Amino acid sequence: MTETRTAPPAGGGAPSPRPARSGRLRPPRRRRPTGAEETRAGWLLSAPALLALLLFLVAPVLMALWVSFLDWNGQSNPFDGDQEFVGADNYRRLLAEDTLLHRDFMVSVRNTVYFVALNVPAVTALAFALALVVNQRILKGRGFFRTVFYFPSITSSVAVSIVFLFLFQGSGAVNGLLALAGVDGPNWFTDSRGVLHILMAALGLTEPGRTPEWAGGTLGGLPLWEWLSGPSVAMCAIIALTTWASSGTFMLFFLAGLQNIPASVYEAAMIDGASAWQRFRYVTLPLMRRSVTLVMTLALIASWQVFDQVYIMSQGSPAKTTLTPAYLSYARSFGDGQFGAGAAMAFVLFAIIVVLTVVQRWIGRERD
Amino acid sequence: MAQATRAARPLVRGRAAIWVAGYAVLAVGTVLYLGPFIVQLANSVKTDADAAANPLALLPDPFSAHAWRRAFGLDTALDMPIGRWLGNSLFVTVSVTVGRLLVDSLIGYALARLRFAGRSAVNALVLAVLAVPGVVLLIPKFLVLKQLGIFDSYAGMILPLLCDAVGIMLLKTAFEQVPRELEEAARMDGAGVFTTYWRVVLPLVRPALITVAILSFQGSWNEFTHFLVATSDPAYETLNLGLARLAAGPLGGAQQFPLKLALATLSTIPVLIVYLLFQRHFIASQMNSGGKS
Repeated sequence: MTETRTAPPAGGGAPSPRPARSGRLRPPRRRRPTGAEETRAGWLLSAPALLALLLFLVAPVLMALWVSFLDWNGQSNPFDGDQEFVGADNYRRLLAEDTLLHRDFMVSVRNTVYFVALNVPAVTALAFALALVVNQRILKGRGFFRTVFYFPSITSSVAVSIVFLFLFQGSGAVNGLLALAGVDGPNWFTDSRGVLHILMAALGLTEPGRTPEWAGGTLGGLPLWEWLSGPSVAMCAIIALTTWASSGTFMLFFLAGLQNIPASVYEAAMIDGASAWQRFRYVTLPLMRRSVTLVMTLALIASWQVFDQVYIMSQGSPAKTTLTPAYLSYARSFGDGQFGAGAAMAFVLFAIIVVLTVVQRWIGRERD
Repeated sequence: MAQATRAARPLVRGRAAIWVAGYAVLAVGTVLYLGPFIVQLANSVKTDADAAANPLALLPDPFSAHAWRRAFGLDTALDMPIGRWLGNSLFVTVSVTVGRLLVDSLIGYALARLRFAGRSAVNALVLAVLAVPGVVLLIPKFLVLKQLGIFDSYAGMILPLLCDAVGIMLLKTAFEQVPRELEEAARMDGAGVFTTYWRVVLPLVRPALITVAILSFQGSWNEFTHFLVATSDPAYETLNLGLARLAAGPLGGAQQFPLKLALATLSTIPVLIVYLLFQRHFIASQMNSGGKS
């Protein structure tokens, strides 16, 4: 930290007033720091943060990449060369061979696909609706409601998971409310039935508990009929929690977008006689395209990372219908000691997230 | 005139419709977003049997503080290490917050004000960190902590959390908005880079420092996954981690919900207080991050 003082003073000049906070007087030195000096200072000030990033982000990723090519049980030192180097075996077993790991992974992908299909549109619509309302000047108490809607987003995921576990018990508050509406609520966290299966049976398209003939094949190691299950009843409770807990954050993103729309645009539309609906449809919506894309992308990424809720609420049960890739990767590594397989899964998950983000950004890009 | 009234009529109708629909959404929303917390609080002061039988009742019958007594370890039947949990949470949270303020503001200042060779590379690295999905890092972090010999230690819990790209970017933006003349004047007087940063510029970005402090507080108080893979010894459990392990393990299923709800309330209260005091900072930082990207 002393390097700046070692530079020779570059000329005297009259003493000028020093900043009020500095008490001592030093001989005035009128100069600009040289390029080399700034470079040294720049790296020095950046050093602590860079060290943390290299040590706890870059290095871990490289180490995990190495481990994903090993058959390592998490006990010994994975870098002493004693572990068997299995090349791409972990990846092959995960993605191509018909192993338990592969089937579990495919189940977790199926679960996540349905998680995305419900959570992303729901949280986007909900957050947008909340933002529109909270942004209305004619409504009083908007600040209070904004505070209320955002609060779940900053509360501990552990705490809200426990609360939702309580709400969604078999004889819990949610079923109590459903009973008031005359609906006999399910036993949420023990119900592994897929919602689409239930729906198809209810519509008389299929017989309950039997695989229809047209869905007899398999895809990626999983029966076609399993792919068509929809989210399980248990997963629906976890989706409800996630949508509820993340909508406040996205509401603020939409609010930022709404406040960027100049009032003059609305005034012009009003002068042209546009109704409230027309203003929303032809002014707000097109101008919010960027915000919608951003929120959907972030919700998509978050949906592929679901972990905390599953750890606390279900541990993947019932019948693996709440298993997510992140939880499976954790359970394989820390539960079963298969760190090579777990690390490989983490990298595959990373790749999936990157690809989906790029695709969604491309779909939502500005078009003229 | 005729034209003006024709234009005005749908406008008024639109206003009334917005007003009705708006308050309807706000009312339903408030029940949905506040309801779970109220149910949580109400059931934490019920007996186990009452909470199981009447989860929706907002008034406990009978009122029972037994869950809270157990949460604070006053009930000898179940030894709750609440003191250790709270102590660990507090120590880790304060350390991470202080550490982040220092580390983030140093690099933030360098990125905002110093023209140094390699600056754009450093900037790109920090931005890249924002894009790494956190859950992918669980196993990698465990590996590096084992390798460094700081698995099951406070260092292993605190140091990795000092990677904080959001805070760096927040402070960098704040430093960029400080008028350059102030620094030039200090430099003219012979102050070095570090003195200028510490004495002149840092006091001027106080609002941004407060934002980083409260975000760090909230983030590390609520932190779960990092502590889960960084420790296995119960001696290092924070309130959040201890509660999670309890709910996923020995107290899984429908057991002792009032106790679990009381502990969940306990972990929520500090964040609630900070949120109510500094909500402007929470909301502004969130809206900025949404508006920019």
